[in-house]
Amino acid sequence: MNWRGGELKNLRAELAAFRRRLQAGVVLITVLVLILLGRLYDLGVRDYSHYASLAESNRISLIPVAAPRGLIYDDKNRVLADNYSAYTLEINPAKAGNLKRTLAEIGHLIDITPAHLRRFRELLAENRSFATVPLKSHLTDKEVAIVAANLYRLPGVEVKARLFRNYPFGDEFSHSVGYIGRINDRELATLKQEGRLDDYRGSEHMGKTGLEQQYETLLHGKPGYEEMETDAYGRAVKVLARVAPIPGDDLRLNLNQEMQQIADRAFGDYKGALVAIDPNNGAVLTLVSRPGFDPNLFVDGIDPQTWSQLLNSPARPLVNRAIYSVYPPGSTIKPFMAIAALEMGVRTPGYTIFDPGYYSLPGSSHRFRDWKKGGHGMVDMHKAIVVSCDTYFYRVAVDMGMQRMDEYLPRFGFGARTGIDLPGESAGLVPSPAWKEKRWHKPWFPGETVISGIGQGYWQITPLQLAVATAALANGGTIYKPELLQAVRKSGSRVWQPVAPVVVRRIPISAADLAVVRNAMIDVTKPGGTAPRAFVGVAYPVAAKTGTAQVTGVKQNESYDAKKLAIQYRDNAVFIAFAPADHPRIAVAVLLENGGHGGDTAAPIARAVMDYYLLGKKPTPSITGKSNESPPSD
Amino acid sequence: MNHPHPISHRLFHILRHLDGWLLALMIAVLLLSSATVYSASGQSLPRLTGHFINIFVALMVLVVVANVPPHILARLGPPLYAIALLLLVVVAVAGEVRNGSRRWLNLGVGAFQPSEIMKVALPLMLAWWFQRREGLLKGKDYLLAAILVLLPFALILRQPDLGTALLIGASGFYLLFFAGLSWRVIGLLVVLAASSLPLVWHFMHDYQRQRILTLLNPEADPLGAGYHIIQSTIAIGSGGVFGKGWLHGTQTHLDFIPERTTDFVFAVFGEEFGLLGAVLLVALYLGIIARGFYIAAYAPSLFSRLMAATVSLNFFTYAFVNMGMVSGILPVVGVPLPLMSYGGTAMITLMIGFGILMSVATHKSLNKT
Repeated sequence: MNWRGGELKNLRAELAAFRRRLQAGVVLITVLVLILLGRLYDLGVRDYSHYASLAESNRISLIPVAAPRGLIYDDKNRVLADNYSAYTLEINPAKAGNLKRTLAEIGHLIDITPAHLRRFRELLAENRSFATVPLKSHLTDKEVAIVAANLYRLPGVEVKARLFRNYPFGDEFSHSVGYIGRINDRELATLKQEGRLDDYRGSEHMGKTGLEQQYETLLHGKPGYEEMETDAYGRAVKVLARVAPIPGDDLRLNLNQEMQQIADRAFGDYKGALVAIDPNNGAVLTLVSRPGFDPNLFVDGIDPQTWSQLLNSPARPLVNRAIYSVYPPGSTIKPFMAIAALEMGVRTPGYTIFDPGYYSLPGSSHRFRDWKKGGHGMVDMHKAIVVSCDTYFYRVAVDMGMQRMDEYLPRFGFGARTGIDLPGESAGLVPSPAWKEKRWHKPWFPGETVISGIGQGYWQITPLQLAVATAALANGGTIYKPELLQAVRKSGSRVWQPVAPVVVRRIPISAADLAVVRNAMIDVTKPGGTAPRAFVGVAYPVAAKTGTAQVTGVKQNESYDAKKLAIQYRDNAVFIAFAPADHPRIAVAVLLENGGHGGDTAAPIARAVMDYYLLGKKPTPSITGKSNESPPSD
Repeated sequence: MNHPHPISHRLFHILRHLDGWLLALMIAVLLLSSATVYSASGQSLPRLTGHFINIFVALMVLVVVANVPPHILARLGPPLYAIALLLLVVVAVAGEVRNGSRRWLNLGVGAFQPSEIMKVALPLMLAWWFQRREGLLKGKDYLLAAILVLLPFALILRQPDLGTALLIGASGFYLLFFAGLSWRVIGLLVVLAASSLPLVWHFMHDYQRQRILTLLNPEADPLGAGYHIIQSTIAIGSGGVFGKGWLHGTQTHLDFIPERTTDFVFAVFGEEFGLLGAVLLVALYLGIIARGFYIAAYAPSLFSRLMAATVSLNFFTYAFVNMGMVSGILPVVGVPLPLMSYGGTAMITLMIGFGILMSVATHKSLNKT
């Protein structure tokens, strides 16, 4: 091989050419190095703060710590809603990679049912700002250990200790305490709008119904946070700082668990509602709506099947009959009509009529029948209330006229929300020609005035409104805002701050007029009245009024026969009472759907509640609201 | 007379073929490398020991190659090229598929990529050819050389391994360039390459296109393909001028940087030693390249000149492509940072290159022996 071949001159030229190529290489390298250094300068000097903060937010994550929710107690400090800690398996979908495979892996490790997966998918679909979605809650210690040992191969999977809500008395307080549930998109938007979203970092639940919803802002508390150093896989490396959450406030209610239970059980199979109020301050002592449901079902996300069962049940357990459902008051309106008549001078106590068993408007042959065939004979106001004479009040209504009725009766709170501290209250309705014109575009018939006088027709009243009005009869005319909440204990404090009673209205009623009605109501519970049986041997004076409200109309030529009617068409039983009649401490309103006569079925329930409240007496097992088949005697 | 000299004399004879400047600069970079690999591996002593073993073995290879005179190296060109080409064909037919591409050849003892051999063989082959045709060069010699470049390029491209194909193609091109390929042809090639870009795009694999798109807009896919680039640029940027300090890179130690002892080691280095550290490293690299070019400029034969210049420019290319990728100005290609990344094979290939460079440098005054 010729290593030094060719001519020398040629070689020199070649070497010069080669060195020029080397110089070109130097130029190329210089340009590229300048580009590279420029880039490094941009990264490390010009945009340094940008990248430094990116690295810092990579490194540190603020992990919110949900505040323990405030507890709810009854008036004797029995816990009606508390928290307990349990482990849940949660998945961060953003970090899980192949979610299907991760789910399958978990399924090999611990028991995951199709229901778990269904719920997980549903929660995932509505996954909002929450990082993790729960797959299974209430893990056993063994499951926690198994999952923890395999976490390294389950990306995005976390085992978290979470606080769960528990309602130890189940359905007894389903319509008062209510329940919490997972926050949905609509609620999230509302929270955002109200600027409260920051309070919900780290928490996934909020009050959905009842007091849990009403006092959400008190119960929820403020979240704390942990400043964590985390690695690229989101795993916490160490805690850098910790700010403790501020727990929610505790609530003490006016409700009494034992009395609630007594009332609840006294309903037996009946649907309906009971509200008991302290007439001296508006405190709601008992609030029953039957049937109820187990609020614990909702806490962790209710499974779709149970939900649809509750929603579609003909008994409508989700409806709060005490504050939402409206009914005609029937004869329980009569004491209020009596006060209105006396106060407005439509009647004097001694004014007496003869009751032939019906009433006809002048110039009409239509007979508005009394419940008692043949009538009550000579009837004054006292007797009209004691025997619940319909004919007497037909005439009162006609003489008073709708205008004055509509002016006076709403003072007792009928036709307007009471303002109770529960969401979802109905306003009800006091019948009036103006309302009928507006609602139905039809003129008012004189006959409608007649039946309005005995609480039938267009009347719509909630059991709560009836209880508030009864309390006003008991206390001499003061309408209080009914209040479930008795006191609040701020977090970190040991002092219960009481809730002051709120007077909505004082109705000026003369003592004499009040005495007439009260004395008559006392005699209702005595032999000769409409509810003597339920109050045999009662240890305190009771003032009461029975009622029977028609669910379906009875035609002119028929008579009502409970036995022939299907249960859902039977009359509703209504009953109001307060006791002790001389110095009232409790006022009760009871409504039983299809309960028939109020004195037979509803009165014993009211008595059980009053016996407990006034005497501390618990009912013997025999006192229940079993339907009484004796003929109606309203 | 088996031992005419004492052992110390023979050792000196061997070490005489090492270039002091190159060796000093290389050792400086290797020290930075060791510190960085130690930090990036989470202060793993086994990893550091492995790194030292790799360096030691590679340096031994370097010493051996440096002691082979250039004209012997030149003779190795054609057979080495033939073997490498054959292996590439075998890979194309019966290679092992990993991550969707057929690059690996399993020889029973372990898998390796024949393209690694080609990195050394192609420049040797071409330099041998031009040496042989010295003084008689015509246009068709360049054409033949171009075919010698295109054969391995096409085979590696088919694997598919666009990055390696381009780098090997570039080394072939460098050799042609230093051998005096006319500027007009070079200009023509550039125009041709630019105009064929749409065609290249058309034949690219999805993952390759994705890498290009990711480079242009890494934020478009922050958790997918863009993740590596985003995290490595954050690391370098957050290092600032002075760096976060050795062992104190948060991006590094909280696992945000992928492949941090190998392909992305520059991100670790930049995070912990800052812009100043990066400038120092670039300066050391430039020192190595300058020394390589100096050796090339004064090399005694065409073969030596071409090899020295090509090895040097190739070294720069690898360093630039890697740093460009990690700092987000070039697409992600699997190229280690020379002398910095952990990894035995790449280190050996690299040291063979430096061995050739030193052989050229130290055999300059010694003619045929």
